[in-house]
Amino acid sequence: MKLLFNIAWTHVSSRVRQTLVGMAGVSMGVGFTIMMAGLMQGSQIDFLRQLVDTMPHITVEDERRSVPTQPAEQEYAAVQMSDIANVGKRTGIRYSESVMSSLRSWIPGDVAPSAKTTAIVNHGGARIGITLSGIDPRREVQVSKLATQMREGKIDDLSRAPNGIIMGEALAEKLGVKTGNTVLLVGGQGVQLNSTVAGLYRSGLKRVDESQIYSLMGPAQVMMGQGGVINQLRLRLNDPMLAQKVAAQVEAQTGYKSVSWQEANADLLSSFTVRDFIVLTVMGAMLLTSSFATYNIISTITHEKRQDIAIMKSLGMREYAVRRIFIIEAAIIGLVGILFGWILGYLLCYGWSKITIFNPLTGATVPLQIYYSLAHYVIVGGISLVCCAGAAYFPARKATCVHPVEIIRGAS
Amino acid sequence: MTEVALQAVELVRRIEGAVSHTLVNGIDLAVNKGEFVAITGPSGSGKSSLLYLLGLLDAPSEGEVMICGQPTSKLSETDRADVRLTKCGFVFQFHFLLPEFTSLDNVLLPMRAAGRMAEAEMRERGLALLSSLGLGEHASKRPNQLSGGQRQRVAIARALANRPEIIVADEPTGALDTASTEQVFSILRDIADQGQTVVVVTHDPALAARADRRIHIVDGKIAEITERGGGELVCEAAS
Ligand SMILES: Nc1ncnc2c1ncn2[C@@H]1O[C@H](COP(=O)(O)OP(=O)(O)OP(=O)(O)O)[C@@H](O)[C@H]1O
Ligand SMILES: [Mg+2]
Repeated sequence: MKLLFNIAWTHVSSRVRQTLVGMAGVSMGVGFTIMMAGLMQGSQIDFLRQLVDTMPHITVEDERRSVPTQPAEQEYAAVQMSDIANVGKRTGIRYSESVMSSLRSWIPGDVAPSAKTTAIVNHGGARIGITLSGIDPRREVQVSKLATQMREGKIDDLSRAPNGIIMGEALAEKLGVKTGNTVLLVGGQGVQLNSTVAGLYRSGLKRVDESQIYSLMGPAQVMMGQGGVINQLRLRLNDPMLAQKVAAQVEAQTGYKSVSWQEANADLLSSFTVRDFIVLTVMGAMLLTSSFATYNIISTITHEKRQDIAIMKSLGMREYAVRRIFIIEAAIIGLVGILFGWILGYLLCYGWSKITIFNPLTGATVPLQIYYSLAHYVIVGGISLVCCAGAAYFPARKATCVHPVEIIRGAS
Repeated sequence: MTEVALQAVELVRRIEGAVSHTLVNGIDLAVNKGEFVAITGPSGSGKSSLLYLLGLLDAPSEGEVMICGQPTSKLSETDRADVRLTKCGFVFQFHFLLPEFTSLDNVLLPMRAAGRMAEAEMRERGLALLSSLGLGEHASKRPNQLSGGQRQRVAIARALANRPEIIVADEPTGALDTASTEQVFSILRDIADQGQTVVVVTHDPALAARADRRIHIVDGKIAEITERGGGELVCEAAS
């Protein structure tokens, strides 16, 4: 093995320029792939974190997934009913307090009630449809980051102002209102309510910031026209990744439709899958292409060293041993290339993390999020090494299976 | 009784093609241990082809090559490589040294490939071989820093490295001047006198005359065998 390594070393070290080009090829491939992986996963994780922070992990609504079958339908096969009045009527979550305490006993997290309805904000001629959620400030801090998202005022200020509400900064800007101003809320039943802006928050998700308003339970229930009704439970889990599983269990236990954040954002997540697929394909192609230089150099070396290959074989070195020389050469090029590629990749990631961009989602200018992961380095390095070895194997096999007599005849 | 080191039985080498060509056409030959055999013949008569067969570089179409009494036609390519490595040293007309390696490293190559000795032991033997061929002070030179004769002697040292029973040389002096030719030939002669078997192809009748036996080949067949000491054995080629 030492002998093979020696021979391999003489080959690559006598071709410094070509070897460096080969190494540079591998470095580029590895470096840029690591950068892409870091950027891609960084932005994704950043986005998901915002999403998960902003939204309840599981929402339990006073809805069924499908309209319950009617007794007549169950009884007679010929009966089919549709458009039945009142089956879709929402009555709120029954015995919500006991449901919540039962949930609290087993879910890995916490739960808070809310009364959710839609309304229109009427202010200075602007009419904007919004979602109004009546919350319980004491419970709310357990299930959402609203407290930390407050830009002006506190959640507790809700109870200090008459019909206090908390709205997103974006919406406040749109309406041109400030804390302390009064806006008119118009509910579906025609109920009108003069509300005081008690605070402003900013979640980072524009669609939330522009359309979600919080108030205490009372005003929201008044807007709904149904006093005392709780129509939504929001759960926050210690591990957001468990949401799907827990949601299914909650739904099975309560019978109410329980939506995990993954289900609620299925469209977004599926677009991530497509994006992942595209980026992974591009990265794989980059690694493959970066090993082309290695293929080239090994091809050249094996071609130039045809005579040496014949000599070594004629001296009695086994074919696979001779072949291994060239695999070792590729490995040398690959390993050094990968090492520099790692450094390059790290520097690129570092460089990108210094660049700030305007995020249209949040309307803020933030540094690019880079995800640093040892796994990126290991996987990218491993794939690149395999590509290099593969790139060397084919020319090496072609060159070493030649019969030595053919070359010796040709040379003497 | 003399021991047979190398034996060819009904050896045939044919090249199949549009026009098939017979390079070696039924050669029977037994070379004793310690014997020095010269093969002569006109250009294109099949001397090199025969030697490649005897040195297991090439496989016969028919017949058998026995090395130290062992048939080789059924060996796998790997086993043939092992026989070449340990039992049969080849010297070519062109030196065929690895250009990036020093003389010593070239000589060490077969020993390292065989891996049967410790590194220090190998170096010792390599240096001893080089000195015995008058190359003591050239051990650390590369082939391109050596003269043709010196390179050829390094190639001989390499062929001797693993103490093979048999040394096969194809016109080892073909590219050398008279003085170097003389030197290389006397080395081969010495090797045979020390008990190793030497088969050498040469065009030079004077050199061939110094062999124990001279085998003349025409058209891939043995035309004439001359024993040293005047006795002449003529094998009429069965035509
Ligand atoms: N691959 C091949 N295909 C066809 N014919 C070949 C092939 N290799 C060799 N020959 C022919 O076989 C014959 C024997 O060749 P060989 O090299 O053994 O001759 P030689 O006796 O060594 O000649 P020289 O003294 O010139 O070296 C030659 O006529 C050569 O042209
Ligand atoms: Mg010849």
